[in-house]
Amino acid sequence: MNTIIKVKNISKSYSRGLLALDNVSLKVNQGKVLVIMGPSGSGKSTLIRTFNGLETFDAGEIEILGIKINQNYNERRIQKIRKRVGMVFQQFNLFPHLCILDNITLAPLNVQKRSRVEAEEYGMYLLSQMGISMHAEKYPSQLSGGEQQRVAIARTLALKPELLLFDEPTSALDPERINEVLDVMRKLAQDGMTMVVVTHEINFAKEVSDQILFMDSGKVIETSTPDIFFSNAKHERSRKFLNQLDK
Amino acid sequence: MMRYKRFFLQLIIILLFIGLVGILINNLIINLIRTDLGFNFYWLLKPASFALSEHALPFSPSDSYAWALLIGWINSLKVILFSLIFSTILGIIIGLSRTSKNILIKKISSFYITFIRQTPLLLQLMFWYFVGFLGLKNKFINFSNILKINTQGIEFFGLSLTPEFSALFIGLSVFTSAFIGEVIRGGIISVEKGQWESFRSLGLSERDGLIKVIIPQALPAIIPGLTSQYLNLAKNSTLAIAIGYSDIYAINDTIINQTGRAIECFIILLLTFLILNLSITNLMEKINKLINKKQIYIN
Repeated sequence: MNTIIKVKNISKSYSRGLLALDNVSLKVNQGKVLVIMGPSGSGKSTLIRTFNGLETFDAGEIEILGIKINQNYNERRIQKIRKRVGMVFQQFNLFPHLCILDNITLAPLNVQKRSRVEAEEYGMYLLSQMGISMHAEKYPSQLSGGEQQRVAIARTLALKPELLLFDEPTSALDPERINEVLDVMRKLAQDGMTMVVVTHEINFAKEVSDQILFMDSGKVIETSTPDIFFSNAKHERSRKFLNQLDK
Repeated sequence: MMRYKRFFLQLIIILLFIGLVGILINNLIINLIRTDLGFNFYWLLKPASFALSEHALPFSPSDSYAWALLIGWINSLKVILFSLIFSTILGIIIGLSRTSKNILIKKISSFYITFIRQTPLLLQLMFWYFVGFLGLKNKFINFSNILKINTQGIEFFGLSLTPEFSALFIGLSVFTSAFIGEVIRGGIISVEKGQWESFRSLGLSERDGLIKVIIPQALPAIIPGLTSQYLNLAKNSTLAIAIGYSDIYAINDTIINQTGRAIECFIILLLTFLILNLSITNLMEKINKLINKKQIYIN
């Protein structure tokens, strides 16, 4: 089994000596889904953002798809990772000045130098997969949150990534819109996409994840399979967190 | 009670205003009578009888005052247009450097902006003229006859510019570029941080991201500031008189000295500058509308 992500003892501190990440290690194999849970401020987002170089760290080493990065910012390597790893944000971050199809084709045209015909054809295919091909000519602000997030997923898929990172993809959505995004993510997992998902969606984590990583104050508290984590978490802190989520 | 109070306040302000205008008109009439010249524009057709070193169209001292004023306007428009283009290019470079990740580039551009903005433009023009051009050696830069810079000014592809024009052009461009740089930087940092993260995580280079994602979204915030810098540039060009460049203001000054027709000259100057700046504002507004039309869907 190929290892896609290998994180070895990474730490990151803020200026006041506060640790955002405290000696974190983890591993994700090909085709697996890792869900990261934890209270807000626990370092989940910081951790996932180190994987594609949006966030730097002070010590340790990360290996993504065989490309190693450490505390010394290496533009060239990070650029290599970004071309093969997709990321979906909480606030969608679509380009508001471009129509939906142009949002999707921007990176294939400029990064992969594909032809416009090919990029647009594949873009339309992805939009139809997401059930929103009728919105291709519209602008992001004309779409609902759930639709925008599906466009954001299509936008990263357009680069045919080998790993997808989701940073709280449903936290900014209306409750009745959450499932349309989670359904897309379920399908991606079924098709064998390697994924790391920061989320509070317990049902999604139970159904889809292969592993749950629970964090608090920058530390990994426990790593378990979802069966164990949700029925019989090893750590007292995890159980307390789950109790609070249930309420 | 309140209504009466407000009414009286307005009445007093209107009376004061009428009084002030009355005094000004009275002064004007007294002055006109004293100079014994009357108020008319016939003198415009008399020969100017002064020489101009810089003229785009043929000009000799026997040509009329009106013709001299036109030459002055052409000279003004020439330096304004050149400086407008060059200061924009320079301003974009400075503005982008200020947002650069490279610390050296960031520090240099920050120093440039601080230094240029904190010193008077008049001083800078004097510097460019007396130290910059007149202080040069006769063969300062000679780049295989394409670009020559020396005491004779700038010669570029056979187009030769006098030292007065060159100093004014460089001085205005450098001065304005520092302000434009700040306008550009302000526009760029007004774009949400998420947009930077978004294009970076898609593997776009900084250059591509800037051109295709950030700048289109920064433009609506940049255009109004840019307009006011362009208007300042046009008005600042009248400092040409300090280094002896025959712009409209300098020629007007000479004519006033010769004819004593200060009122007519200032009316001509005011009206023409008003027309110029209104056209700049109008043009920029059109550009702004065009951009906003494209951006209608940005919340």
